[in-house]
Amino acid sequence: MSDKYIKKATRHVNQNEELIFERSSPGKKGYRLAPLDVPEVDYKKLLGQSAREDLGNMPEVSEMEIIRHFTRLSTWNYAIDLGMYPLGSCTMKYNARVNEVVARLQGLAEAHPYQPESISPGALRVMKTLSDCLLDITGMDAITLQPAAGAHGEMTGILLMRAYLQSKGNPRKKILIPDSAHGTNPATAAICGYSVENLKSNEQGMVDISALAAQMNEDIAGLMLTNPNTLGIFEQEIHKIADILHGKGGLLYMDGANMNALVGKTRPGDFGVDVMHLNLHKTFSTPHGGGGPGSGPVACKKILEPFLPLPVIVEKKDGTLGFDYDRPQSVGRVRMFYGNFGMHVRALAYIMANGPDGLRQTTEDAVLNANYIRKNLESVYDLPYKSASMHEVIFSDRIQAREGVKTGDIAKRLIDYGFHPYTTSFPLVVAGALMIEPTESESLEELQLFVDAMKSIAREVQEDPNLVKTAPHSTRISRLDETGAARKPVLRWKPAQAHTAGE
Amino acid sequence: MRYLPKSPADRAQMMREIGIKSIDELFAPIPAEYRLGRDLKVPRQMAESEIIDFFRECADGNAAGYAVFLGAGAYHHYRPVVIDSLISRGEFLTAYTPYQAEISQGTLQAIFEFQTMICELTGMEVANASMYDGSTGAAEAVMMAARLTGRKAAVVARSVHPEYREVMHTYSQHLGLPITETGFLENGRVDMADLEKKVTNDTACVLVQSPNFFGVIEDIAAVADLVHKKGALLVVSIAEALSLGIVKPPVEADILSMETQSFGVPLGFGGPYAGVLATKEKFVRQMPGRLVGETKDQNGKRGFVLTLSTREQHIRREKATSNICTNQALIATMATIYMTVYGREGLKELAQQNLAKAAYAAAAFSKSPKTGKLLFQGAPRFHEFVVETGEDPEQINRRLLEKKIVGGLPLKKFYPELGNATLWCCTELNTKQQIDAAVQAVGQ
Repeated sequence: MSDKYIKKATRHVNQNEELIFERSSPGKKGYRLAPLDVPEVDYKKLLGQSAREDLGNMPEVSEMEIIRHFTRLSTWNYAIDLGMYPLGSCTMKYNARVNEVVARLQGLAEAHPYQPESISPGALRVMKTLSDCLLDITGMDAITLQPAAGAHGEMTGILLMRAYLQSKGNPRKKILIPDSAHGTNPATAAICGYSVENLKSNEQGMVDISALAAQMNEDIAGLMLTNPNTLGIFEQEIHKIADILHGKGGLLYMDGANMNALVGKTRPGDFGVDVMHLNLHKTFSTPHGGGGPGSGPVACKKILEPFLPLPVIVEKKDGTLGFDYDRPQSVGRVRMFYGNFGMHVRALAYIMANGPDGLRQTTEDAVLNANYIRKNLESVYDLPYKSASMHEVIFSDRIQAREGVKTGDIAKRLIDYGFHPYTTSFPLVVAGALMIEPTESESLEELQLFVDAMKSIAREVQEDPNLVKTAPHSTRISRLDETGAARKPVLRWKPAQAHTAGE
Repeated sequence: MRYLPKSPADRAQMMREIGIKSIDELFAPIPAEYRLGRDLKVPRQMAESEIIDFFRECADGNAAGYAVFLGAGAYHHYRPVVIDSLISRGEFLTAYTPYQAEISQGTLQAIFEFQTMICELTGMEVANASMYDGSTGAAEAVMMAARLTGRKAAVVARSVHPEYREVMHTYSQHLGLPITETGFLENGRVDMADLEKKVTNDTACVLVQSPNFFGVIEDIAAVADLVHKKGALLVVSIAEALSLGIVKPPVEADILSMETQSFGVPLGFGGPYAGVLATKEKFVRQMPGRLVGETKDQNGKRGFVLTLSTREQHIRREKATSNICTNQALIATMATIYMTVYGREGLKELAQQNLAKAAYAAAAFSKSPKTGKLLFQGAPRFHEFVVETGEDPEQINRRLLEKKIVGGLPLKKFYPELGNATLWCCTELNTKQQIDAAVQAVGQ
């Protein structure tokens, strides 16, 4: 295989590392405790039958080995810090380091959730300031920061809708969900006791207004809509959509996963949305951390405010901030304490680093980057929907599939070119989708490298399709047997296994 | 804007190539009447130094440097410095969910190690890659039990963390899954006679917490016996993971939900933390959340992948086991590093220190009627205990605050019948001097 067209990356040696259990041996230690300043106790005597004998195969290693072990593992990961991470709908943007520093300030990082409000004004101020910012960004009236992630926010939002409709006498039975929606949307509706009705999109990739008008009735609680949708297309008739729902007493929920296309340019509260969640780990740059933590605040209109999870932050008569637990109509708690506070700190630091001008420029750059990729690749990859792209662009593998090469293969070949793949095979409305979201964090040079890589792969598909179909060729492991993993799941290490695994 | 890597000339060039004159042409799909014609009302763009000043002011206002005796589901333990040093590496911090296994082996192997350690500690056969936290994890565990048994009700001990129970109610309210509560005895343990009455043929599971909200360790074997005889499953919630250093794991449970905050995760005013579910192998296909499995690549080399994803929302949509997507991977990695640092001997030693501190403090409170009466005696405890005072605990706590001490949690809000009772917690970080000062101040 030739690396001649690969400009962004060069192969280099990386370290092998076994499982931590395979490094362990009795007597090694990575800690030392301070001497006990109270009388020692005999735990077996105090606990009686509840006392534990030993801790089985928990590791015993030194501090040096711990540093090497996890550092070596880390070098096997791709990361935003290494380059473009164009996963559609995931908004993999730069995670500023100042956010990490402020989240670790002692007074915030060591605050106990039950410490008295009188010694927590700083934490409350962070939550209140962030809430105020997010309310203006979304154009909404009220907010909760409690949900722990996007899907958790969806659940909270749908519970608010249900409680509101219940207060009007009938919670209704169904939620409408477009065929292009994230999988979390239907899963959320089910948890909230609703059945799901599919809503088809039109040829432009948008909600079919006449179909919606025909489908909407008094059995339907509302619509869960992503805007821009998962095709990266802004729902231009958004207000008509809201009017149709409201006309029949339903509500409009917006999945805010794609808010990076809108911040500072338009506000969901202004175009008819009743309730929405934000993903602080997408739009507001809190780190994804290999799959979490996230944070999914839910903002809503005045009519839904009484139902927000408790507690809510309020400004008291004396001007101090506190938690209000007296919320008789609340849907209840969705999580203990107040949500992923550490993520609230980071998101606020991001907003402050940007200011109104920076947030607007960020949105503009994100949309500019996506359109630059579209312009440069639409001649080599099939563009199934011609409607204008916002922050992401969706191609299909129709042209490459003629040579037997699928979106997943192209994605794996991108790895050899030094990039993380785009999102593959989603949204489901596009067969063989390549879903590309560059975010604002990519320079023109990085975008050009990406475009060059995608064009080069398209050439390879014509000249040597097998090269693409068997990619990646430069990673420390090749394609893994996923079918085997699911058929006979090995979900933990066992001592007996150490032998065969090491062979 | 310093995070944006483009010069005005770059932008101009890109717009030329796209064929637009103004950036606003790209926003034309947004109907004109909904375009925002003003600046957002957010703080102006700030220098890094200003941001640090703002948060430092918040942090200082959030009085630090107090001796803290609060536990109740969030525990202050020492955090070895290697944790932040390692998880601050951009390769862990700024990676996405490891769907592309070939370039995500670091995260995948770390999670596989996490799953293994959770199994070793809890005595369960499989553990998932994490849940949001202990409260949502417990609710998901109960829903999982309902799927496994086909039964449609649950019994929850009142000695489970009150906020966990609130969350469970929120989750279950529209699923046709009524929840009955069962009481506790004078020794703080589950009232077995009451439980016996509450468990019916409709009961999918019984949920207990151990150590429970009062710090008391439940007799899990006895509870399991009763529950299993009625054909229901036993779900055990653990809010203080460190207890497993010296407390026998609840191996009789069918599903276990644990909060791992004690394992190196900052208190952080309540989050982010990480929950985890563990269970028996035969139940794994009804378990929510991501799972990492071992497999081989084309050359036979060991590697790890996300697996059994047909349980999950991105494949099964409304028929998924849960709507959970993003979990708490980085926090699980923190916990993994913590468990590695302390390991087989350290977790035990540390748990013994916690036990000794709490035993000393509880004895100190019991010395004089002025400092109160110890409730829930007669069953083993870990590092929390309940003290009943003559004086209103809120008043006592105000007095303690003046001495830079954050006293225990007054229980009246959650358990009106317990009157002037307070839940105290002592960890390895509470010195003898702090404990003596707190006891003295309470007795004043």
